[in-house]
Amino acid sequence: MESSPVTLTIDGQTIQANPNTTILEAAQQVGIEIPTICYHEHCTANALCRICVVEVSNARALVPACIANVQEGVVVQTHSARVQRARRTILEMLHSSVDLSEAPEILAMAKNYNADPQRFPDAQRREPPVIDDNPMYIRDYAKCILCWRCVQVCAEDAQYTYAINFSGRGYETQISTFFHHAMPETTCVFCGQCVGVCPTGALKPKREWLLEQGHNPETIMQLTRSERRGKKRRANLTV
Amino acid sequence: MLTPECIVSTVCPFCGVGCNLELHVRDGFIYKVTSPFDAVVNHGNLCVKGRFGYDFIYNPQRITVPLIRKTPQRPGERTQAFDLSEWREASWDEALDYVADRLVEIYRKDGSHAMAVYCCAKATNEDNYLLQKMYRALFRTNNVDHCTRLCHAASVVALQMAIGSAAMSNTAAEVIENDVFILTGSNPTENHPIIALQMKAAVRKYGAKLIVVDPRRIEMVDYATLYLPIKPGTDVPVFSAMAHVILKEGLYNRQFIAERTENFEAFAASMEKFTPEYAENISGVDRDLIIEAARLYATAKNAAIYWALGIPESSHGVANALSLINLALLTGHIGRRGTGLNPLRGQNNVQGASDSGAMPWHYPGYQRVDVEDNARRWEQAWNIEPGGLSRELGLTTTEILSSVGPGGVRALYIMGENPMMSEPNLNHTRKKMQELEFLVAQDLFINESGAFADVFLPAASWAEKEGTFTNTDRRVQRVRQVIPPRGQSRPDWEIICDLAKRIEKRLGRPQTAYWDYRHPSEVLEEMGRYVPEYAGVTYERLEREGGLQTPVWDRQHPGTPFLFADTFPRGRGKFYPLDYTPNAEMPDEDYPFVLSTGRVLEHWHGGTLTRHSWLDDLFPEPLVDIHPGDAAHLGIQDGDAVRVTSRRGSIVLRAHVTPKTNPGVVFIPFHFREAAANLLTHDILDPQAKIPEYKAAVVRVTKARPEELGARAEPQVRGRY
Amino acid sequence: MSAPDLALLQPVLSELAPQGRTALLPALHAAQDLYGYIPEPVAEEIARTLRIPLADVFGVLEFYALFHTEPVGKVIIHVCNDPACALAGADTVLKQLSRHAEYALETGELVSVTIEQAPCLGLCDHAPALLIQNTPATASPESTWQELVAKTGRRPQTHVDGDLRLLTKRCGSGQTTSLEAYLADGGYTALKKALAMSSTSVIEEIKASGLVGRGGAAFPTGLKWESAAQAQGSPKYVVCNADEAEPGTFKDRVLMEDDPHQILEGMIISAYAIGAEKGYFYIRGEYLNAYHTIQRAVEEARTANLLGAHILGSDFSFDIEIRRGAGAYICGEETALFESIEGKRGFPRVKPPFPTTHGLFGKPTVINNVETLANVPLILNLGAKEYRKIGTEKSPGPKLFCLSGDVHQPGLYEVPFGVTLRHLIFDLGGGLRSDVPFQAALIGGAAGTFATSDHLDTPLSFEGLRSAGLTLGSGVITVFDAQRDLRDVLYRLARFFAEESCGKCYPCQIGTQRQYEILARLRNGQFLPGDIERLQDVGWTMTDASLCGLGQTAASAILSALKYWPHLFQPAQPA
Repeated sequence: MESSPVTLTIDGQTIQANPNTTILEAAQQVGIEIPTICYHEHCTANALCRICVVEVSNARALVPACIANVQEGVVVQTHSARVQRARRTILEMLHSSVDLSEAPEILAMAKNYNADPQRFPDAQRREPPVIDDNPMYIRDYAKCILCWRCVQVCAEDAQYTYAINFSGRGYETQISTFFHHAMPETTCVFCGQCVGVCPTGALKPKREWLLEQGHNPETIMQLTRSERRGKKRRANLTV
Repeated sequence: MLTPECIVSTVCPFCGVGCNLELHVRDGFIYKVTSPFDAVVNHGNLCVKGRFGYDFIYNPQRITVPLIRKTPQRPGERTQAFDLSEWREASWDEALDYVADRLVEIYRKDGSHAMAVYCCAKATNEDNYLLQKMYRALFRTNNVDHCTRLCHAASVVALQMAIGSAAMSNTAAEVIENDVFILTGSNPTENHPIIALQMKAAVRKYGAKLIVVDPRRIEMVDYATLYLPIKPGTDVPVFSAMAHVILKEGLYNRQFIAERTENFEAFAASMEKFTPEYAENISGVDRDLIIEAARLYATAKNAAIYWALGIPESSHGVANALSLINLALLTGHIGRRGTGLNPLRGQNNVQGASDSGAMPWHYPGYQRVDVEDNARRWEQAWNIEPGGLSRELGLTTTEILSSVGPGGVRALYIMGENPMMSEPNLNHTRKKMQELEFLVAQDLFINESGAFADVFLPAASWAEKEGTFTNTDRRVQRVRQVIPPRGQSRPDWEIICDLAKRIEKRLGRPQTAYWDYRHPSEVLEEMGRYVPEYAGVTYERLEREGGLQTPVWDRQHPGTPFLFADTFPRGRGKFYPLDYTPNAEMPDEDYPFVLSTGRVLEHWHGGTLTRHSWLDDLFPEPLVDIHPGDAAHLGIQDGDAVRVTSRRGSIVLRAHVTPKTNPGVVFIPFHFREAAANLLTHDILDPQAKIPEYKAAVVRVTKARPEELGARAEPQVRGRY
Repeated sequence: MSAPDLALLQPVLSELAPQGRTALLPALHAAQDLYGYIPEPVAEEIARTLRIPLADVFGVLEFYALFHTEPVGKVIIHVCNDPACALAGADTVLKQLSRHAEYALETGELVSVTIEQAPCLGLCDHAPALLIQNTPATASPESTWQELVAKTGRRPQTHVDGDLRLLTKRCGSGQTTSLEAYLADGGYTALKKALAMSSTSVIEEIKASGLVGRGGAAFPTGLKWESAAQAQGSPKYVVCNADEAEPGTFKDRVLMEDDPHQILEGMIISAYAIGAEKGYFYIRGEYLNAYHTIQRAVEEARTANLLGAHILGSDFSFDIEIRRGAGAYICGEETALFESIEGKRGFPRVKPPFPTTHGLFGKPTVINNVETLANVPLILNLGAKEYRKIGTEKSPGPKLFCLSGDVHQPGLYEVPFGVTLRHLIFDLGGGLRSDVPFQAALIGGAAGTFATSDHLDTPLSFEGLRSAGLTLGSGVITVFDAQRDLRDVLYRLARFFAEESCGKCYPCQIGTQRQYEILARLRNGQFLPGDIERLQDVGWTMTDASLCGLGQTAASAILSALKYWPHLFQPAQPA
């Protein structure tokens, strides 16, 4: 169904857009970049990271541009002081929680917004050990920013395999298999869609990880089957 | 965090889906595979093989130097040499000269009929085009075939008979535009994983209704509106009974039948006897399910049929496929988006290898070898004297092996294939391989077939060469070189050209058929000059536009996402009257189970690649799927050693007790040489398509002693549930 | 550990199986009742029967605090130590009880006990409060749990009073009002009236009454109904939000326990108004008493043809399914509550779309708070015009306040909108418990704001509070005398949000944790330069950028404290 375009103002520019477009898309069309972290164009947008929030004239709270559609007559500010404070603080809080060393885009964003990586000096970080439980990929949740993409592509956004979901809640939330089982004991089919959408290096192909650990290609290819398999595994598992 | 030295776009070498890959390389080591999210084929999604299974390239057991057998092999006494100590390393010159000498010697001695070649559905269009050219142009034989014979040959034959085409009519991704679709003889979650994702989305997100007709309770049944648990080999009665219902209830498309088809009356008459009751008695499928399925399919706005090897791999495979084609013609569910007849092709380039002429009855472009004009055209193309090319239909893969012996095939050239795992009735195959006078293997590893060879030519992997693959929905895509060939290995096309020149020289042909290509793009260009469907496919366009779906009639033509909008290649679609033929073997007291064979997600065919990959860790040993009821009856527990015996052979492997298979049916994947499923299968062929009956051999299952598993006595830890 | 006997579960599961995923929480509750916790094979069996992916079932188990995946004691005691109970010595109770993890019965049998710290149990008028095997009890800092367990049976009675007794007319006696008693007091006449009206006129009447939601968001109820009535899509649902969990709130518990039919009547009328045939009554998991009361009331109503097919002989059919929460404050957020009914983790959804068009199971849904629904029969009985005479022009109607903390008489007070805070605390609540002067009151619960003595004459109405920079929230007033350490109060509020954040959006997931860490440090007297700015950045980021109401209000009390008492957040200045 085609509906007539709406007119709105984004950062002072008056623009017309189809009412089904998001503020993010509408802004992109006129060259205004709104930062995103959890958003991925091939995943269902969930508006989790709130980095893309903008100030919209008819809304009390800030509005996530990745998911909110344009509306007639509204005035949108993508870089107001409120917006900047929210973005900077979210980035500082991320820095205080997880290892962002393999998330160059987030690091660049943090620099852009003058986010201080040390803003929360005594923060409890999320630092679980690396899970190396299968020959295909490792899971280093100390790098996980809970963007949910892996859970989504494992489910309806791609694979319909449902091997992973969450454990805990709030700050303690982690991506987890059923009762923390090793991946080969789950419904996982090792498609690696999760690895493909991970933005921070938390999910990584095993051989890439082994290279980083100091192995060279020759020693990697000479690993034995049991060395390749990883450690965490239930003892009583047979066929 | 590693920074790649380069990221190269290419296409996955495993299945026919043709997923786009980006290979990340550092120090010549591919350490990661990603996929672009805007790829039309796979939208960034991959399966375990595509994303992680390329490491066979670096396997220490890969052969990267030409090898010649130390002990000369004699017909009848030929042995398998897996151990490198039985080979000596040779230079390329020595190896190729030796091959050329021997092939020419046998050709001179025994003639064209003694020469045969297996092309390869894993190799590029260019590789296959050149290999068939070498055999046709130099050895004047049409004994050129490849594994398509063992997979969709019956589908191809049936489609050619009924509509004149031999490929998927529609684009795989169009499945989301189906309102109803039938999936039969296909287990896409394991064999076409990315198409399976699109099928799941079609059901869950786009509201399509799925009808699964299969002897195994495959994962897609969880997504199905209707599941028809058919007995193996009873496809014709079930689909014909659906046609019967559609006819009786007047649900057929009168206008389509009148305008686009022929032979309706004879067909309709032949359907008379296929009542749902009749079909139920034969197939075991509840008559009401058949009626419901018929109504659902016939009354849908857009409906399509997808099938894989459960349909063609039968002694009546052509009839099976025709029963599906009849349904589409009857309802007019063809020639529009979201409809169609869609055989899901198995290999990454089985469509392309067939298009490129790796077929005994056809030149490239499905041009019959026994049509004079075609032969003339190719004689001109290859600088051959008029009448030089053979007008005789060549032997198919199975026939090639059967004919080995005095007066038959004497020398065989195998590029990339592994008949010692993939042919039916392997004990017979083994005898025939032993009788060869000369055998050349061109591959990455010494597999069960290559182990019989006199000469082993180390080929470059797909990541080490340039070329094109044509995927299951007729999309020609670029294969790009990512790393230099390992060791001394060389791209297949280079090996073939080098060898062809040596042969040509020895044969003393006055004019060269031409082998001086500088790049595979020139090979494709040559093919395009004589194959109208490929006329518009050039490397330059592929570079610019990505994939092109054939037919691409000229340089401006955009390609063809779906076929038959206005007409069929043969004009009108032809209905074929059908009758029910039982499988060659039916279960009896001695052999009470029907054995079906196939693949699992983690492995590929004979296992040459995947069993040399970490993929093998995920599925390390052969298993036979058996229904819990049958297992209980036989006193078999999950994980027990069992012996499976047919009239042709016997293997011991572990039981996997699972409701995935239906009572009375056992399933064994054919990847495992430790317990090769094809020792059990039947080599009876469909009379028209010459395809073997892989899906229905009768077997007996008995408990075995764990010791009989030999090295596998300890249960292997399996990587996937 | 021996394998659990799955056969025990079969009767329940086979009954629930046809419902599929939506039956997940009921199935898990049933399983926990049987096995004491949810062993892995049980979770697997439930997943298989209800056709839910295993990982999803685990995700749900992990989300709800009342579900245990490890064996627990035979007796479980939940001890609240949120602000109101902390004032009464809850920390001492908790410490005291935790010493005894095992207890010998007189018979000599050893009983294992699990003590869990719990968020506010809605028993603030009985502080320090606890639940022993889901039964409410009051402790004293001296009590041992043996003494507590010995106290059986009777639920603690809430003191109910006020200037008005319209909504609480039949509350406070310690008895549940039966259907008979309710009918004798003119109950269900409003329903009869409504059934004689068109659904549109019912909606018009509610709109005219000026009723707004009493759960905290204050959205006009009539507009909500109208929007759902006009929405495309069927079936439509009404949901009663009885997931009362705002620290300091217990009004809905009292209404449910004392006068359930009043709420049911309101709910049936709302269903009639929007054309719903099915309703869900979602009750907080900790409120087992209320759950049983509502269960009985629903059965009574069914028997009397007040629920079911052709209610009172009309063309209107409607029935109610009762659901128990399982320990998640976030499920009081309407969309999180829908997710919970659907058998998922209680993650709030992004709005829009709103529940009136895309609610429960994606269908048009009206969701109302218990107190809101209790107003509905009153409005129809009085007529909108009369109803509007109660309260102020902009805040019509009666309002329930939950008074707790350092007051002489904690309890539930019904007043017309517009009375002052002073009136409530001093006239109705009897003033402060000790001679210590008033310091502050937290209005609106953990998600609310502090009022100081400057605010005592503020009228308790939406407009009055708003102009004073305060919020009404769900009607909580927790009073603190001048000796109380407000840093400790703030620490407890922050802890509450850190524990109850669902973790979906970053501002709240991380912000509640950082806020908690900073306040825990301040409580211990450790200050860092920039703490005020840190708390403000975190607080405003949560307020501005969080996905749902929980995150948007998680810093509300702290930000108000920063405004009034900045000295709390920095070291004492040398004189």
